[in-house]
Amino acid sequence: MGAPQARFVRLAETDRARVTIRVDGVDVEALAGDTLLVAVLTYQGWLRRSEFGGEARSGFCLMAACQDCWVWTEAGDRLRACDTPVRAGLSILTEQPDTSWPIRG
Amino acid sequence: MANPRVIIIGAGSAGVRAAQTLVEGGMRPIVIDESARDGGQIYRRQPEGFSRPKSALYGSETARAEALHSTFDDLKSRIDYRPRHLAWNIADGHVHVVHEGASDALPYDALIIAAGATDRLMPVKGWHFAGAYSLGAAQIALKAQASAIGRRVIFMGTGPLLQLVASQYVKAGAKVVAVLDTSPFSAQIKALPKLIARPDVLFKGIKLVAGLKLSGVPVLRGITPLEIHGDAETGVTGVSVRLASGEIRRFEGDAVGLGYHLRPETQLADLAQCAFDFDAQTRQFRPRIDIDGRTSVANVYLAGDGVLTQGADGAEISGRLAAFAALADLGHAMPDSRINTLRQDRARMELFREGLAEAFPWPHSLAAGIPDEAIVCRCEGVRASELRGVALEKGASELNRAKAFSRVGMGRCQGRYCGHAAAEIVAAATGLPLEKVGRLRGQAPVKPLAISTRRVDS
Amino acid sequence: MSQPVRTDVIIVGGGIMGAATAFFLRKRGRSVALIERGLVGQQASGVNFGNVRRQGRFLPQLPLANRSRAIWGRLNELLGEDAEFLPSGHMRVTYNDEMTEKMVTYAADARHYGLELEILSGNTLRDRFPYLGPEVRAGSYAPLDGHANPRLAAPAFGRAAKREGAEVFENTEIATVEKDGEGFRVEATDGRVFRGAQLMISAGAWGNRLSSQFGEAVPLETHGPQMAVTEPVPYALETVLGVSTNLTHEVVYLRQVKRGNIVFGGGNRTLPNLDTRRAFVKPENTLSQLTQITRIVPALNRLNIIRVWSGVESYLPDDIPIMGPSGKVSGLHYAFGFCGHGFQLGPGVGDVMAELIDTGQTSTPIDPFLISRFQRAQIL
Repeated sequence: MGAPQARFVRLAETDRARVTIRVDGVDVEALAGDTLLVAVLTYQGWLRRSEFGGEARSGFCLMAACQDCWVWTEAGDRLRACDTPVRAGLSILTEQPDTSWPIRG
Repeated sequence: MANPRVIIIGAGSAGVRAAQTLVEGGMRPIVIDESARDGGQIYRRQPEGFSRPKSALYGSETARAEALHSTFDDLKSRIDYRPRHLAWNIADGHVHVVHEGASDALPYDALIIAAGATDRLMPVKGWHFAGAYSLGAAQIALKAQASAIGRRVIFMGTGPLLQLVASQYVKAGAKVVAVLDTSPFSAQIKALPKLIARPDVLFKGIKLVAGLKLSGVPVLRGITPLEIHGDAETGVTGVSVRLASGEIRRFEGDAVGLGYHLRPETQLADLAQCAFDFDAQTRQFRPRIDIDGRTSVANVYLAGDGVLTQGADGAEISGRLAAFAALADLGHAMPDSRINTLRQDRARMELFREGLAEAFPWPHSLAAGIPDEAIVCRCEGVRASELRGVALEKGASELNRAKAFSRVGMGRCQGRYCGHAAAEIVAAATGLPLEKVGRLRGQAPVKPLAISTRRVDS
Repeated sequence: MSQPVRTDVIIVGGGIMGAATAFFLRKRGRSVALIERGLVGQQASGVNFGNVRRQGRFLPQLPLANRSRAIWGRLNELLGEDAEFLPSGHMRVTYNDEMTEKMVTYAADARHYGLELEILSGNTLRDRFPYLGPEVRAGSYAPLDGHANPRLAAPAFGRAAKREGAEVFENTEIATVEKDGEGFRVEATDGRVFRGAQLMISAGAWGNRLSSQFGEAVPLETHGPQMAVTEPVPYALETVLGVSTNLTHEVVYLRQVKRGNIVFGGGNRTLPNLDTRRAFVKPENTLSQLTQITRIVPALNRLNIIRVWSGVESYLPDDIPIMGPSGKVSGLHYAFGFCGHGFQLGPGVGDVMAELIDTGQTSTPIDPFLISRFQRAQIL
């Protein structure tokens, strides 16, 4: 697999402080003030997969209305990427961490 | 009433002006807002640490944005402002508000709901691929995050936001492949007598299109969307449309911004049990209000684009009017001449709103042509064939019945993005008038609610 | 004036009871008019939890529940539609010894009615259901029970009845029911008249308004169930779970559908409005349920709910339904007031009522459910 293809393009405000987050176990450099959605999509092309079609999804409305950008923290909590600001050390997964979820939660 | 409890939901244009008016009337309202910062969608503030000047964000509306922001900054010490609070339900005279995992029930003597609007969408085959966004999303990416939704962006739909976002993208240095507008130019000409109610806004709109064309972006009107090309892994790769001439054209791009004007966020009004009426012009059900924003439910008022798409200026007026109505109903003396002026202004906004709806009509006739395999409900992955199937074979000609049988509108977004189109598809398939097909009933929670939420009693 | 609709049997009320009875009557060759005020299966039949559960029922109801369970097993074949019945197992759990003891006794008694229940506790319970919370003490597992989709089951019966030749009248509200020399005369609010030799009232929460017209008023109460559903997550909870408790607020039940959403309900109910036909969910009830479901499955705490709903259910003071012939009028039958546990019974009630209407008797005992029990109570 090659390097992921970013979806979003930064047009300005690139002088902000660097913040490192983890996406599916990989370190990704984001900028302070990024939403999680923008941080992930300036690195790769998707945020999650549809539960039913399995296709890649990358959010839709960016205003917390469509609910198509929910990801998981490594600890198994839910996060809506479009209105979650990045913070150093945030570690997210684009798929549910453990399919034996009801056992360990 | 000694200290009436007044709650405003939403800190956008309408909510801020409502709060200001209430404070001027001697109240200390609670202002609940889901966002971390005030301003709503239109005058959304960029995060701390961003340095672009306001003029780069708000263009010709800079002065209005600044005025709204500074009004709210001044109000903060005189209101009970609760940012990042979600009003998830309304029942028995209480707004249920969740913040950081704690849900509180706030009683009210008057409730002003200024919940704003979201993009109105008509499905097109392929709109579930990664890289397909609402127009509002495209604008937020730029305004609040200084980013474009893709390397080569196609804008498709109709409404005043279409050209505006496209030109904002061009100005910010993004590559815009094309602007594909379903409305024919003739509709805009026909709407002129109403649009002239706000000559300044009309002129700005004309300038936008001219500017886009000058920068070499094709602006095509009267198109019919056919398909968003792409695949499940890469996402969007292009868009095909039928031009007004009948010719089929394909545009290559990795992102699409879609939208057909706006639809009000009416779930809270629905939960408050406000009556709705069918609006034949825009083909949607809307909460019934009087000129000041009073609903059918005592002490519940609606303002802003959350009830009538009169835009940001209109929202400021309707926010003030709703606050005056609440004050009057609480027994305060009213400045009649001021209210009369506001009502006259609102009437002008209303005329302009009608003009916009005429100039950029909701393309309901597209519903019949949506291919069977196209996804209608992005949340649940419900295809047009399934929706038509339950309508035709199972007699589900009422929308909530069609939802029960097909799952359309049953997902996380609760039909915000597919509900209007789903009703059109059922109406087209059955031959019934849209009014008879009805609307999706609002159900709590307004947004997903964490199971870890715990009740607190303030 | 148009001619009255004439059939052997008129059924007023198109919930799962009425629709299933119409279907089985057609199978017996009787002509049927099924009359529904709204749409078939829209009220209690459509909004309930979807439990296909036998355990925990009033013991004399088990023969009926068993007959119904047998029909659930061949429902798709009978109706030609999928109501998403999953015989994936059902378990009641307890939080204390007192309830566990009751559960053990119930399991022993249920065996006499042909319902095998497995009592699990300690390591056996934890090994088989590792996701259960630490408060859970014991479980009563019913391997052959499960769940189905209430939004689909009653409408599927309605459509199947229609395909079999029943006349189905939706959006038809009945104003008066009476018996004269020619049999039953049923008149709708719009003036349409229906005539039949026999009449069945299966109008749920509205049943009492009609039975009263025959002098058989019953103390029917209405309640709105409080339901909710989560976002979809991987299918992992096959077993339907419910709490066995004496405390209303602790009552909660949950099931995961194959698509991944987890449906739950229980606890306090609300008072519906019978005229607007609407019932609401009290936010406080939802919040209470959120606490309670995580006592059974703590992992649910990570998820979101995306929708709540209610509906109109009818209850009787003794918590068992009204089912069987009228105590006063020959040819008149009732099947309503299923006290929040009618969904599983629906197919069986339809089969039994059709048998009763067609032959005058039934091979499954229903004596405890006769409406005459309330007349007797009045006389006493």
